[in-house]
Amino acid sequence: MIKTYRSLLLAGTVALAAGMLLNSTAAQAEKVLRIGMTAGDIPRTLGQPDQGFEGNRFTGIPIYDALVHWDLSKADAPSVLIPGLATEWAAAEDKTKWVFKLRPGVKFHDGSPFNADAVVWNVQKVLDKEAPHFDQSQVGVTASRMPTLRSAKKIDDLTVELTTSEPDSFLPINLTNLFMASPAHWEAKLKAVPADVTDAKQRAAQAWTAFAADPSGSGPFKVVGFAPRERLELAKNAGYWDPKRTPKLDKVVLLPLPEANARTAALLSGQVDWIEAPAPDAVPQIKERGFKIYANAQPHVWPWQLSFVEGSPWLDKRVRHAANLCINRTEMKELLNGFMEEPKGTVPPGHPWWGNPKFEIKYDPAAAKKLMTEAGFSDSKPLKVKVQTSASGSGQMQPIPMNEYVQQSLKECYFDVELDVIEWNTLFTNWRVGAKDATTARGANAINVSFAAMDPFFAMVRFTSTKTFPPVSNNWGYFGNDEFDKLIAAARTSFDGTERDAALAKLHARIVEEAPFVWIAHDVGPRAMSPKVTGVVQPKSWFIDIAPMDIQP
Amino acid sequence: MLVYLTKRIVYTIPIVVGVSLVCFLLVHLAPGDPLVSVLPPDASEDLKQQLLIIYGFDRPYWEQFLRWVWRALHGDLGNSIASGRPVTTEVLRAVVNTLILATVATVIGFFFGLLFGFVGGYYRESWIDKTASALSVFGVSVPHYWLGMVLVIIFSSQLNWLPPTGAGPGGSGEWTPDWAHIRHLILPAITMSVIPMGIIARTIRALVADILSQDFVQAMRAKGLGERGVFLHVVKNAAPTALAVMGLQLGYLLGGSILIETVFSWPGTGFLLNAAIFQRDLPLLQGTILVLALFFVLLNLIVDLVQSLLDPRIQRS
Repeated sequence: MIKTYRSLLLAGTVALAAGMLLNSTAAQAEKVLRIGMTAGDIPRTLGQPDQGFEGNRFTGIPIYDALVHWDLSKADAPSVLIPGLATEWAAAEDKTKWVFKLRPGVKFHDGSPFNADAVVWNVQKVLDKEAPHFDQSQVGVTASRMPTLRSAKKIDDLTVELTTSEPDSFLPINLTNLFMASPAHWEAKLKAVPADVTDAKQRAAQAWTAFAADPSGSGPFKVVGFAPRERLELAKNAGYWDPKRTPKLDKVVLLPLPEANARTAALLSGQVDWIEAPAPDAVPQIKERGFKIYANAQPHVWPWQLSFVEGSPWLDKRVRHAANLCINRTEMKELLNGFMEEPKGTVPPGHPWWGNPKFEIKYDPAAAKKLMTEAGFSDSKPLKVKVQTSASGSGQMQPIPMNEYVQQSLKECYFDVELDVIEWNTLFTNWRVGAKDATTARGANAINVSFAAMDPFFAMVRFTSTKTFPPVSNNWGYFGNDEFDKLIAAARTSFDGTERDAALAKLHARIVEEAPFVWIAHDVGPRAMSPKVTGVVQPKSWFIDIAPMDIQP
Repeated sequence: MLVYLTKRIVYTIPIVVGVSLVCFLLVHLAPGDPLVSVLPPDASEDLKQQLLIIYGFDRPYWEQFLRWVWRALHGDLGNSIASGRPVTTEVLRAVVNTLILATVATVIGFFFGLLFGFVGGYYRESWIDKTASALSVFGVSVPHYWLGMVLVIIFSSQLNWLPPTGAGPGGSGEWTPDWAHIRHLILPAITMSVIPMGIIARTIRALVADILSQDFVQAMRAKGLGERGVFLHVVKNAAPTALAVMGLQLGYLLGGSILIETVFSWPGTGFLLNAAIFQRDLPLLQGTILVLALFFVLLNLIVDLVQSLLDPRIQRS
């Protein structure tokens, strides 16, 4: 009996050891990419991510598809729109209706089909308060990025009609932010909500919570593991509809590492293969240890936004031009270890919205001094200006050293700059309130808030339209006039893609010429990766595509 | 005893109410926008107003406070604005992680604190005392987040012996007492143990030195009691104070450390608070502060009750 028991034990041990060996071989063969994000939590996984564009980058684009995608396959050209779940689209006769043709044969991760019903359902989730699946928590991050979309209607299984509140040619760009979640999967989650929860809103909220823990999109990766605030595990979706984006990686693990030094240490110790925004001081060491740094100009503008309120020193165009000509941006780039792009406007030359402005943003202190002298200022009679900024904040790069550098630079051209450093959230609130509000502006006639410039509304319109004066939107300085309103209207009502871009180029050129900003830097979104990671393309975008990447053993 | 116990429990009620009010006011009076985590900066004012109504932030403060307290009394701390997950689940998960870290840090800190304290007090003015004192002064003075970073640079970045972040391999999830997880615990636990180690060592050293200079010790030695016997008497006399200091330190450690947990990305209460502060996630912030504060109130209650059991004079007073 004892002998039998021993034999069994021995056989069991051998089997266990063999199993472990096999398991470990399988684990070794598995290609896993581990990423350290800057976010303090896993961005929301239910379709509309939070945590800004880092959310879209890591839990939006990899897990979900939108009707329209950004082309993230090129590092040397501007990222433009390409078909996603919609194969083609066009504005209808009255220009407030759009018809989108949908891609056939696409399935969500749960196996249910993507079709026009799914598009209508996804529009309703954020815009139709009466819909059973309406989710208030997704409204803020979504509705603000597609301000004119009102509803969706099914024409047939693969055709859908979208309606806007006014003619708006920016709609296809806006739709890159609306990710398609699986209605069938959500319905399954709703059915699983305990019967004792009778309130319809509560049932829907619980279904969304369950959906977030086990989501279903149609993207190249599907969620297979989720520990809130600790880890998100994605596995490849082998049946992805776009062969160019069918993943080579088996798994992607996302870790929230909000502290820059912790991220750097995690990379150097081999705990992760990729970190976002490495600590700038650690970059030489990271390179020395054989890791690769990727950076490219992002549509991420770091400017001073100027006030046009009565009494503002910036009302004189010569002063605005002088400030733009008096900053040695090459030196500032050195200060930032090379991690910035020297701006020539809100978008760079070569961009479809560039437009060849007549005023060139460059370093020309002699020309700047001349303009300031003409405006009546000199060394002995400098122009006093005050700018509000923050000590830190999302997208603010390194606001204190950068602003101090600008302060020193402008001193050469007869500017006497006072910096008003306030808390980041307060600065944000002030940005909405506007320069006319003496309590929040505190005498400031410029404000330093960085912004994303992927979408024409957010890049240009909200800063130059008379309809976007505070508190409606972020035209903090009250810049705008009939000419700009007409240029904006022309862009918004040009429904051919090329025509729309040409109209936007005219608008951009005039913005640069009128200079309602001092353009100081564009961020380049540095990230560090192990040399084992291959197939990396860092596009001129806030986003990056993980799907074509691979990792060597 | 029963009367004392009832009294002490009744006393905690106003404290709890006060704590709730303070933590509610603290988070609401701080500058910034409560919708920052769900509303991009470029959102329109209309949308902002809509969401203020949806989330109930348009209501008067007193109404928001009463609603929050009413729900909290029913065990519901609301949902995190940013993640949508229930605050109670988030906090309890983080408390467990902090408990693991604090327990290990406590063991390390108390062991070395007592060791350095007794050795320093017993051999005062000798080189052993000076070394132990220097270590305890180091423990009290050194900024622990700095020490954490230095340990990470040495043991993770350079030597690659220990992982620098997270609670387990691949971010963990469920903590299990195996080597893969213990490796993640070593650096944050050492960093966290340094302050209590220094405080305990300094307190015990002074206490032991004081006891050794008292007459009864001289009397014991004069009567021929061996050093081991004297030491045991010293330990016995030092124990109540040592336990009081250790209890207080344990309370601090259980409260988590924002800096250490952030440096090591340890998913405990400090890490949670940090995320809640940066995202201006008011329900999460209020809930976490409340749970931690209640934890302190409870710990104080337990300490008071234990003390009264050990020393009946406390009950009489």
